[in-house]
Amino acid sequence: MSLDKATVARIATLARIKLPEADLEAIGGELDQILHWVEQLAEVDTAGVEPMTCVAHLTQPLREDVVTDGARADEILRNAPGRAHGFFTVPKVVE
Amino acid sequence: MAELTELSLADARDGLRQRAFSAVELAEAHLAAMEKARHLNAFITETPEKALGQAHASDARRAQGDAGALEGLPIAIKDLFCTKNILTTAGSHILDGFKPPYESTVTAKLWQAGAVCLGKVNLDEFAMGSSNMTSYWGPVVNPWSRPGENRQLVPGGSSGGSAAAVAARLALAAIGTDTGGSIRQPAGFCGIVGVKPTYGRCSRWGIVAFASSLDQAGPMTRSVRDAALMLSVMSGHDPQDSTSAPLAVPDFEAALTGDVRGLRIGIPREYRVPDMPAEIDLLWQRGIDWLKAAGAEPVEISLKMTKYALPTYYIIAPAEASANLARYDGVRFGLRVPGATLDEMYEKTRAEGFGAEVKRRVLIGTYVLSAGYYDAYYLKAQRIRTLIARDFDEAFERVDAILTPTAPSAAFAIGEKMDDPLAMYLNDVFTVPVNLAGLPGISVPAGLSEEGLPLGLQVIGRAFDEATMLRIAGVLETAAAFTARPAPAGKGD
Repeated sequence: MSLDKATVARIATLARIKLPEADLEAIGGELDQILHWVEQLAEVDTAGVEPMTCVAHLTQPLREDVVTDGARADEILRNAPGRAHGFFTVPKVVE
Repeated sequence: MAELTELSLADARDGLRQRAFSAVELAEAHLAAMEKARHLNAFITETPEKALGQAHASDARRAQGDAGALEGLPIAIKDLFCTKNILTTAGSHILDGFKPPYESTVTAKLWQAGAVCLGKVNLDEFAMGSSNMTSYWGPVVNPWSRPGENRQLVPGGSSGGSAAAVAARLALAAIGTDTGGSIRQPAGFCGIVGVKPTYGRCSRWGIVAFASSLDQAGPMTRSVRDAALMLSVMSGHDPQDSTSAPLAVPDFEAALTGDVRGLRIGIPREYRVPDMPAEIDLLWQRGIDWLKAAGAEPVEISLKMTKYALPTYYIIAPAEASANLARYDGVRFGLRVPGATLDEMYEKTRAEGFGAEVKRRVLIGTYVLSAGYYDAYYLKAQRIRTLIARDFDEAFERVDAILTPTAPSAAFAIGEKMDDPLAMYLNDVFTVPVNLAGLPGISVPAGLSEEGLPLGLQVIGRAFDEATMLRIAGVLETAAAFTARPAPAGKGD
């Protein structure tokens, strides 16, 4: 499997990272090398093996359904690069 | 009285108890050492005012007969832990100016026990690296160098600033995080002790997330006793991290009895990797002999999935990272690069804010999770992770702990291995399986390489049996009698 420029561009869009057109080929080569290396996993027989999602054999703890946090808008907004009237600001998304 | 920066954490604790010196004097000695060693680039943010404020408060508490387990002891914090109102960077440009409005659980426990914060130490960007070379804040210099050579070496990573600060006597101890070896490998490279606790032993709340199913916080110290002392404070259930275990925390210091008679120590044959340097093999054999002489019994074991651990890790960790790092979008905190549309702002912010290795891993993670590839890569890796953990489960039916080298080499020079990501990843060949299986591991300095650089041995314990692991590490430490140290910071070069 080899990653062409279109595939790299598609992944970059999914990841929301702008990559200069001129870099696509070099990055594709790097990713290809890593993917080729991990493909050795295909040789392992995993029939009937459950995928591990969490290594801590814990049951999900339950707690009372009560509000434990909140009303901290000022603290949360303090780090925002753009804010106005108690909200985050972003470029216009609807016309 | 020895210089205050030379003390172990335990000896400094005892000296404070006996009023041989004050917490303020101890903090001042370390702040002065930090100032002299800025060329190491170990700290991203020094916090002298906070340190002195906490030290004064600590002396006042002690005067009133009220002292915590780490009362007055100055330590350094990896800059991946959120610290309230103190710049927290994760070694990345994308968190520019971020001052968390909250404190991580682990650091809160340290301050509650009386510890003093010297500052935030450097790391690979988002803890992704094994050399500290990927930090936006520049590489950290290992205080060790090859005798007769002035080439600068890496401290390892990702907790490279933590390891360098402790080895160079800039802090009595530090905390790090370990996702695939990020505490143990730099501890090995810098000749100190580093503990990766069992997954779930320490709360992850307030730690900038890299790969949530693998990340753990742990202590980095100059002795096994110091690590035990810190681990007891850092551990415990936290309602804010549902993966933290609701188990009682033992007194780990009390576990250091020095008695390993009758313990069975597994020696995994698959860890004799091709091209392993003879000196690493020799050190490993020496470790086996030391434990045997102390009355333990070495047992050859097989961890047959070992060769698949690294490729499994390099699917699972980037996949989780690509999800965790989705939050860095230029909206709520950190860097924002303007764009005409929301998507363009995201894409430009993330292009400028992330370094090359972080981008590489986010892209790999995005790819292996994308439609059509999820089953072949991600699900396959999760199934193999089950098999890797099963190997350890079977081994622990026969043995009480496992002994391995920490890393396949000593520290390398700054700039080496940078053009080959796969060569860099191989640093973690002995440490990554431990994270995948969720087990505790410790690196203990055990000797010097032919080039005069520190080498570590790793002890792997059963899940939540850090006590036995630390006891064995203590015996190795005594037998190794590792007294070598780097040239004092601020001199030489």
